Amino acid sequence: MKITHLWHAERKRREARAAGYVVPEPARCVQCGICSFYCPIEIDVRRHAWEGIPVHESYCLTCGECVARCPRGALSLERTSLYQREG
Amino acid sequence: MRRYLIVGSGVAGVSAAQTLRRLDPAGEVTMVSYDPFGYYSRPGLAYYLTNEIGEKQLFPFQEKDWQALKIRRLRAWVSRLHPAEHRLELSDGASLVYDRLLLATGSQALPLGIPGADLEGVVKLDDLADARRILNLCKRARRAIVIGGAITALELVEGLRACRLQVTYLLRGSRYWSGVLDETEARLVERRLAEEGVHILPHTELAAFQGQRGRLTGAVTTTGQHIPCDLAAAAIGIAPRKELAAAAGLRTERGILVNDYLETSAPDIYAAGDVAQIVDPLTGEAALDTLWGPARRSGAAAAQNMAGEAARYLKQVPFNVTRLAGLPVTIIGRVGQGADQDVAGIVRGDSETWRQLPNAIIVEQSYEVNRLRLLVGERALVGAVVMGDQTLSRPIYELVRGGVDLSSCREALFSSPRPAEVIGEFWRSWRAQSET
Ligand SMILES: Cc1cc2nc3c(=O)[nH]c(=O)nc-3n(C[C@H](O)[C@H](O)[C@H](O)COP(=O)(O)OP(=O)(O)OC[C@H]3O[C@@H](n4cnc5c(N)ncnc54)[C@H](O)[C@@H]3O)c2cc1C
Repeated sequence: MKITHLWHAERKRREARAAGYVVPEPARCVQCGICSFYCPIEIDVRRHAWEGIPVHESYCLTCGECVARCPRGALSLERTSLYQREG
Repeated sequence: MRRYLIVGSGVAGVSAAQTLRRLDPAGEVTMVSYDPFGYYSRPGLAYYLTNEIGEKQLFPFQEKDWQALKIRRLRAWVSRLHPAEHRLELSDGASLVYDRLLLATGSQALPLGIPGADLEGVVKLDDLADARRILNLCKRARRAIVIGGAITALELVEGLRACRLQVTYLLRGSRYWSGVLDETEARLVERRLAEEGVHILPHTELAAFQGQRGRLTGAVTTTGQHIPCDLAAAAIGIAPRKELAAAAGLRTERGILVNDYLETSAPDIYAAGDVAQIVDPLTGEAALDTLWGPARRSGAAAAQNMAGEAARYLKQVPFNVTRLAGLPVTIIGRVGQGADQDVAGIVRGDSETWRQLPNAIIVEQSYEVNRLRLLVGERALVGAVVMGDQTLSRPIYELVRGGVDLSSCREALFSSPRPAEVIGEFWRSWRAQSET
């Protein structure tokens, strides 16, 4: 992996930890499965993207791995309402 | 009980099956496809080649998902269609009857019409069987050439590089994907490929492949240059698989012609996905898309109509996010650059709309790896290419799709050294306004 990719992944991860949940944009998703493959706790993120449902599972670590890995930019992190006023 | 028949297990067929099941829980749904692997992510094949995912990850549905869908799945080649009898014939002679039929047969790579194209070692990338073949050949191949343009050719280049082959990429013209990218964008991609060790040969056309004992050993160009190679991958364009429909007398052009309800010219037969050439009621033109998103949407819309719910399919502004030489790139609406010598007709992950030359002025901004090209029409944005940072791609898509009047920021767009910021700011205020 190139240094720029690493940097990008790290930045996304830090953003993720700032609390939030993963929101898919189905129109961008091509169901390649990279997101589900790299989820450390095996949440089927791809299925969420197919159905257009945010990843609300309480056990999601919000590690941001899926967001950083998606080659299509189909996943993003939305802040939970607690943080909304800041944004 | 209505009998629905779907030919094709791609995303158009699967999305139709899901919709039919939802709208007609008692209906009998049968899906026929000759692909031994059934339904998988075709765009994902690129990441399978680069070893970012394993084969297992290509399959979005598990056995339990199929069981929940309650459809019959058949692996067979459909050889004929008899519209008057509402019947399909399979290659083993068996017949299937239907009340409503969906043709979602997709598209396939155009063959390279040069001598030696049938040698072992000459490959294409249509399906999982092709991807497996490529990975197998890579185990002993050392030198590869890639021919063609657009996304699939580049995916082949990157896949073969990831397998540590020496890769030479032949371009007939002077630069990469000239039908869609402009010179700066193409050079950006080429430079990154060169950094990854890919050798690019512009103005090069192949005349023939050479082999020994049925195996590829090299290629000869039209100027007589000999290029030794033990693998050659081609992506010169694709053709919708319309033969079944054409032979049965359905109206076809480049694809199967359908109206905005996805109806073909024959009663009770619909078409969706890559194979459907959808007539736009506004322009009267019939364009092809070979994109995952539209295939999914058109499959679902066809199913609604098959189940008796009149649903018009309105083509949306075409939009594709992809990765070119490691750079995320979004192509939105009309961005055309005219002709491209490396591809014939339409290519994968493509829309004919992109190549229509817009009557627009171009505003651009580039950084080292980020580049934004906006095509500004009389009143609204008609298209854009977003390379690198993708923050603006969704806002721009919304502006193009909505045909939003840009008059208030037009001046600023042309005079500012940072059009990206101007358009971002415009979008924010437009969205704030439309929310109130
Ligand atoms: C390598 C690659 C990369 C791609 N990249 C992108 C991308 O970046 N972005 C994007 O939007 N799109 C991309 N695409 C295109 C996208 O995958 C297609 O638009 C989409 O898969 C079309 O779906 P479909 O259901 O219409 O057809 P397909 O997925 O092609 O399915 C057709 C089905 O019909 C079956 N079939 C055909 N004829 C018969 C017959 N006579 N009898 C029985 N079965 C038959 C086939 O077996 C197959 O199951 C890519 C495609 C490939 C191959």
